[in-house]
Amino acid sequence: MARLTPENLTRAHELIALYPLRRSAMLPLLHLVQEQDGYLSPEGIEHVAELLGLEPAEVRGTASFYDMFHLEPVGKYVVAVCTNIACMLAGAYELLEHIEQSLGVPPGGTTPDGTFTLEEAECLALCGNAPCLTVNWRFFGDMDRGAWDSLAEDLRAGRLEAEVPPHGALCRVRRSVGLMAKPPVGPGPAGRPVPARGGGAEVELANSKTTSAVSSTVLEHNEEGA
Amino acid sequence: MTVTQAPRVVTAHFGLDRSWTLQSYLAHGGYQGLRKALGMGPEEVHQVVLAASLLGRGGAGFDAGRKWGMLRKAKPVYLVVNGDESEPATFKDHALMEADPHQLIEGALICAYAIGADQVFIYVRGEMALAQERVQAALNEAYEHGAVGRDIFGSGFSVDIVVHPGAGAYICGDETALLESLEGKRGYPRIKPPYYPAVIGLYGAPTVVNNVETLSNLPWVLLNGADAFCALGEGTSRGTKILALSGRVQRPGNYEVEFAKLTFRELIYDRSLGGGVRDGKALKAFIPGGVSSPWFGPDQLDITLANSAIAQAGSMAGSGAVTVMDEDTCAVRAAWRISRFYHRESCGQCTPCREGSGWVEKIMRRLEDGHGREADLDLVLDVCDNISPGLVWPPAQTTICPLGPSIPPSVASSIRMFRDEYLAHIREGGCPFPPDRLREHARA
Ligand SMILES: Cc1cc2nc3c(=O)[nH]c(=O)nc-3n(C[C@H](O)[C@H](O)[C@H](O)COP(=O)(O)O)c2cc1C
Ligand code: SF4
Ligand code: FES
Repeated sequence: MARLTPENLTRAHELIALYPLRRSAMLPLLHLVQEQDGYLSPEGIEHVAELLGLEPAEVRGTASFYDMFHLEPVGKYVVAVCTNIACMLAGAYELLEHIEQSLGVPPGGTTPDGTFTLEEAECLALCGNAPCLTVNWRFFGDMDRGAWDSLAEDLRAGRLEAEVPPHGALCRVRRSVGLMAKPPVGPGPAGRPVPARGGGAEVELANSKTTSAVSSTVLEHNEEGA
Repeated sequence: MTVTQAPRVVTAHFGLDRSWTLQSYLAHGGYQGLRKALGMGPEEVHQVVLAASLLGRGGAGFDAGRKWGMLRKAKPVYLVVNGDESEPATFKDHALMEADPHQLIEGALICAYAIGADQVFIYVRGEMALAQERVQAALNEAYEHGAVGRDIFGSGFSVDIVVHPGAGAYICGDETALLESLEGKRGYPRIKPPYYPAVIGLYGAPTVVNNVETLSNLPWVLLNGADAFCALGEGTSRGTKILALSGRVQRPGNYEVEFAKLTFRELIYDRSLGGGVRDGKALKAFIPGGVSSPWFGPDQLDITLANSAIAQAGSMAGSGAVTVMDEDTCAVRAAWRISRFYHRESCGQCTPCREGSGWVEKIMRRLEDGHGREADLDLVLDVCDNISPGLVWPPAQTTICPLGPSIPPSVASSIRMFRDEYLAHIREGGCPFPPDRLREHARA
């Protein structure tokens, strides 16, 4: 568990360069740390904070809001079973119970060998194939007990390494080019330059006109409401 | 049946071989809508979309052309695509992004051109790993094809698109929470006013936020014209709509149908659509427009799936998610599960929502488990009334975003429609319904 590797650091800089404001790269960078370390390690969080010019507590406080980020280590395979309405009507709680028994851990638990972490999920947007689950965010629909048993066996035996890559939702997402049209345009936070591609390019900064337009529109709305 | 014979506007490429690739997209007329738009002036494109009466497909049903017209005149301007789909029983945007990412990119570019966007962000729900991959891969291809980036198709128009991953938070679907999240913060919905991101959006700049399905319509609209689009549908609900049908039906799935023509009966029972209730059971109730909408019973099957007709009948069309409950479904359990969802997903900013969702879930759970008392029915409605006073429809809002007021409708409908069932739970000290069973599939 460590800071970002040189290769990942390059990726981090590429991600940051896509946004008008650095902080916008928060979620992509946290996904990157999780891909590298399997969870959000303290060192990884510190590194992200450094890259974004924030305190580690701000990064941690943001990360903890999002369900996909793990602040503690998890198993090699994170199994998320949807029990929301459409899946429940198709027997998701029976499925969950079966998986709990099969893995010997309740939702939130990790098997002692570190292979599986089980989670009870909200709707995974695959309700047409209820009940469904994801393993490291790869979808498996129309599940039943038998389907789970063979899935678990295949995962344990390493037969699904291609279909189910290691933890990290973005591990196969790669942008091939940087921004082309113009450097990211945006109002910079007070005192901090807007990160531009290559560092020195011209950037339109928010000017006082924008700010006064903002406050006058707020006023208009207040008047409407009154 | 005529309703199912309407042209497929947004799902036309579903099922084609490798439909998500540029090769397949170009072979089926891809990027022609964008080329046509670039040959027109931005305002002309805007007029076409206004004439098409393209209602937002993300839930609120706001006219897209009108929304673009509300942009504050200031620079920079952003377009943010809402691909955070997490509304329970809604699964259309997920399918659109996986099966036809180029169509979404083309639609986003048409919008970006019309509004003069300086940058486009496509916010894709974090859990949709494959959709993230497909949209990013399609975007890479589109850059190479010259459809995005500098001087698009030699038109002089330049804009970049960035695919941005969410990280698991239902509330980020709300457009103001989505913008906060895109700014790298917790996904807390913003206090209104300002009411519209078009006035103060991303980084305080004027921003259009549109849903994936909304934008996916644009290539077709540009190519075929507003008149062809308006020839489909009724009233202000024009074009087609993807209905996400789930629950106890024979054939759950996404169905693209002509907007505002189909009745719930047709959707659920037609053999080319839902195919009827599973195992020949009787229909008990259905949720007409996502879990925040009041439920309908069998006597409301003949209501048309149009925003206005559903609103008149006291519910809402939402994002087009219809969930069917059969006679074996326990209404108390269904309402409990929905309340549990809200409790888990409340962002916690507002007391009525944060505390209320927890209390509602606890009381509902106690009732479902048979440990409730008759007084609990009034109690839970009283808690609901504290979240959204008067329990009226559309709900009164005491909170920053509409999630809070979305908690009462399912609870209130289930009590109104199935009070007897609640009483049976109390009387029998447990749930009188069978558990929701898994179906074992035959295996070779
Ligand atoms: C709690 C909540 C969740 C929402 N979830 C989504 C969503 O997942 N996808 C979406 O497009 N719109 C969602 N919306 C609606 C958006 O705020 C916004 O109205 C929509 O993205 C605008 O796009 P449209 O006009 O094209 O429909 C949600 C709203 C609320 C209040
Ligand atoms: S209503 Fe609920 S979800 Fe919406 S802002 Fe308030 S606490 Fe958050
Ligand atoms: S309810 Fe389970 S995927 Fe939607």
